[in-house]
Amino acid sequence: MALSIIKPGLLDTIQDMGRNHYGNLGINPGGPMDSYAAQVANLLVGNCCTEALIEIHFPGPQILFEQNAMIAVTGADFSPMLNDEAMPLWQPVVMRKNTVLHFPKLNAGARCYLSIHGGFCIPKWLNSYSTNLKAVVGGLEGRPLKKGDSLSPKESSIYFAGLLQEEKNIRTLPWRVDASKAYRLPNEIYIIKGREWDQVTRPSQLNLLDDNFTIHPSSDRMGYLLKGAPVELNHHIELISSAVSFGTLQLLPNGQLVILMADHQTAGGYPRIAHVVSAHLPKLAQLRTSDCLQFRLTSIEHAESLMLEQQKELQILLRACRDHLNKLVC
Amino acid sequence: MNESHNLERQTQRLNQEFNIFPLGDSAATMDFGNTINKSLNSRVRNIGHWLRQHSLQGFKNVIEGYSSVSILYDPVILQRNYLFESTAFDFIRKKLEEAWKETIHDPIFEDGPLTRIPVCYDEEFGIDLNFIASEKHLSKEEIIRIHQSKSYHVYMIGFLPGFSYMADVDERLVIPRKKVPVTVSPGSVGIAGSQTGVYPISCPGGWQIIGRTPMALFDPSSENPVKLQAGDQVQFYSISRSEFEAASQ
Repeated sequence: MALSIIKPGLLDTIQDMGRNHYGNLGINPGGPMDSYAAQVANLLVGNCCTEALIEIHFPGPQILFEQNAMIAVTGADFSPMLNDEAMPLWQPVVMRKNTVLHFPKLNAGARCYLSIHGGFCIPKWLNSYSTNLKAVVGGLEGRPLKKGDSLSPKESSIYFAGLLQEEKNIRTLPWRVDASKAYRLPNEIYIIKGREWDQVTRPSQLNLLDDNFTIHPSSDRMGYLLKGAPVELNHHIELISSAVSFGTLQLLPNGQLVILMADHQTAGGYPRIAHVVSAHLPKLAQLRTSDCLQFRLTSIEHAESLMLEQQKELQILLRACRDHLNKLVC
Repeated sequence: MNESHNLERQTQRLNQEFNIFPLGDSAATMDFGNTINKSLNSRVRNIGHWLRQHSLQGFKNVIEGYSSVSILYDPVILQRNYLFESTAFDFIRKKLEEAWKETIHDPIFEDGPLTRIPVCYDEEFGIDLNFIASEKHLSKEEIIRIHQSKSYHVYMIGFLPGFSYMADVDERLVIPRKKVPVTVSPGSVGIAGSQTGVYPISCPGGWQIIGRTPMALFDPSSENPVKLQAGDQVQFYSISRSEFEAASQ
């Protein structure tokens, strides 16, 4: 096996871009909290974005690589180290076997992503590698990684030893991604109006766009509970259940807002006040407990153009990384 | 009636019958009103079925609610594959309207098969039976008898893998959900408002729990991991504690 978990982290799970087409059976898509960092992690090592990778929270795991490997770490800065050498973020690295990856210090962000060239080799459930923690299925046995777990990448034709200099155990490869644009103004989150926006009182609407909200400690992969001025409706509403989405701002009966995150359930009956634009979900996913955020209202046209821009950039990066990798191994 | 008259009437019906709105920048919902109603539910399921049969690149999920149907999509993939001038939302809105038109003459979705679900209403399992008994001035036996006295229509599957929303319970059993959810065991049978349902897995739940079933409504190892579907009919029947234990082996 290529790697094993010497010491598990707080919550390390296998994810891919999510499990689609089963929502009408109540099977939620899951997938990475920060889909931008996850996609970049895969493309840095020449994978397509649908390969399995590991989402890591802090405290992170200690992972022993038992074979030579090419990996990348993106997203939050947990100061990744390979043995006693600092490893760069957003840049691929080749390492010799018997190297330990660990994360001694939280510098910034909430979750990071570890990809391996070839993608992790595990069985799919309903066409996806993503872990469904509630249903205890998908990923590695439907659970977080624990001590002793072993994983391998799919077969690759790259001879990693040939990429390493003789006495060196680690080689940082010469291409990296500048992710600063995707996380610019990290506390400013764009939203578009939800179906029940107009049912919110005018003062509450103004507060929502003026105030700071803080992320409550009980927030997790299912949703971020927000602390802030209570949001009030013009009249009480009782809604029957219908579909919800990643980024939906629901209004709870006590006036609190919750932002549905990656492990959100498929349907709900709380008022849908607004929705975080998809292009800002990555920076939202990097906010931690007690971080604050401010909402800014925008249009669906703008939201879509932000997504398109981000994807265009990722497509260019994918081609560039593959070119670099091909040149390197030839 | 001539063609333009038909079209005018269709457009009128279009504007009255439903609303289409964004559910964020990557999803849209077509809503027929805030009502639990079998024929609306059937309409919604016809549309959902058509959308699945005519799925497009970029569709990620089609989800039916009680009286709504939503498409979750990837605007970038849609842009890449289909020509449209304005927004991906507008493109999807037109698709939803097309689905509505194409299914307008579809027969009411037939009721699915009847599934009989065994329930043990033992005190240890029916943790809220006493509460319901005192609120509704009924004995526990009456609650159980009333719960089993009719078959229920499955309106939608959602919230959790295999969680079926069924209705309508007899008005004598209508009771609001808890203000604060508690952890419920898998198989717990509950009531909330005029709905009844079964929690297929353990999770925090706000429904009033009256019993437990040993039947696995969600089995990830199966080719069809979810046992029930929207449109199915469900009837509950009693089993004893020892029968429950035997069935749970």
